[in-house]
Amino acid sequence: MIPAPFDYLRAGSADEAIAALAEHGDDAKLLAGGMSLLPLMKLRLATPSVLVDVGRVHELSYIRDAGDHLAVGALTRHRDLEISDVLAAQCEPLRTVASEVGDNQVRHRGTIGGSVSHGDPASDLPALLLALDATFVVQGPDGERTVPAADFFRGFLETALEPDELLTEIRVPKSPGAGFSYQKFQRRAQDWAIVGAMAVRDGDTRVALVNMATTPLRAVAVEEAIAGGASATEAAERAAEGTEPSGDINATPEYREHLVRVLVRRALEAASA
Amino acid sequence: MGGSVRIATTVNGQAHEHDVEPRLLLVQYLREVVGLTGTKIGCDTSSCGACTVLVDGESVKSCTMLAAQADGSEITTIEGLAQGDELHPVQAAFHDQHALQCGFCTAGMVMATVSLLDEIPRPTERDVRLGLEGNLCRCTGYHNIVQAVLAAAGTSR
Repeated sequence: MIPAPFDYLRAGSADEAIAALAEHGDDAKLLAGGMSLLPLMKLRLATPSVLVDVGRVHELSYIRDAGDHLAVGALTRHRDLEISDVLAAQCEPLRTVASEVGDNQVRHRGTIGGSVSHGDPASDLPALLLALDATFVVQGPDGERTVPAADFFRGFLETALEPDELLTEIRVPKSPGAGFSYQKFQRRAQDWAIVGAMAVRDGDTRVALVNMATTPLRAVAVEEAIAGGASATEAAERAAEGTEPSGDINATPEYREHLVRVLVRRALEAASA
Repeated sequence: MGGSVRIATTVNGQAHEHDVEPRLLLVQYLREVVGLTGTKIGCDTSSCGACTVLVDGESVKSCTMLAAQADGSEITTIEGLAQGDELHPVQAAFHDQHALQCGFCTAGMVMATVSLLDEIPRPTERDVRLGLEGNLCRCTGYHNIVQAVLAAAGTSR
């Protein structure tokens, strides 16, 4: 399978990438690791006429302690997250979930910013960043703005990014010692989650769901139940509330609703253990 | 639209320069432009790992990378592992442990293993099974493959 023809531009910096997007408008797509975009292009589900390769914008590959939060450059690869000592000490959930994305080969190429910008509800990292209350830094022709994760994912593969904007940084609150569990249900080790549930417990409890709607989402009813004193088992009964799972070759919507109740219970229990 | 892009690569230690179409995939570049057909195209959807090669020492699926993205990189394919007649320790272990049935996945399995052992030199069986999760063997010959990787880890210290 071969992608439709396109023009290839390589950006040496964030500014160059934004200038290229401004010049080519809606016809252009950013290429980072390519782990999501290239398969779509090979299937011709995406046919951009210009690819702007930001894979070598090394200034956007970093994990920094920024005082009250961690700053992660958008072009930091999953592999770099997986082996980060800073994350192991200050945000183990991000390190853990990065180590569960795809397989080794995918983690050698794929980036956190690419995953977030793609906005796939079946992806691991967008849901985690929702659960962590992360903030995204976005750069466009008129400068920089920040978008809370809660406002970023708008619809299926649709985010708050404008066509001329580049996600540059992910800001993650520190969470040393937080209880965490990601329950990822899949047929084969490297697959996308058929359903995923993650819980972060550090005083309050935050729960995010993978592949239960057109966007990643928080299990608000579960969080409210826990805050109101419910047990993990009681709270997990409400895990399918507010979800809109699709049916596909792997699971019917009803099966996904069953799975999410089981997985949320397991995640809550494992995160408080 | 399309045009061409000039890329320079080093494949198995040998320098190459080519004008390629931007949409040329790395696996096609290796097989059709450089002429090294040891790297296989299996699923062509980033699932099976048959096309695994090393780019700057790390395993990647070459069906899901543009040749243009590999510009300036050092690429190692299955043809680049042996030193003359002497097999690479991972190749020798696959041979000794009979870690193949039909052989189609083998080049990718070996390349993924070389990368895995670089990152985890003394893996447990679980490390090996997780580390090779991106490589499928349609013959389901995983048992001997895992044994071979463990053997290679013991001998390639």
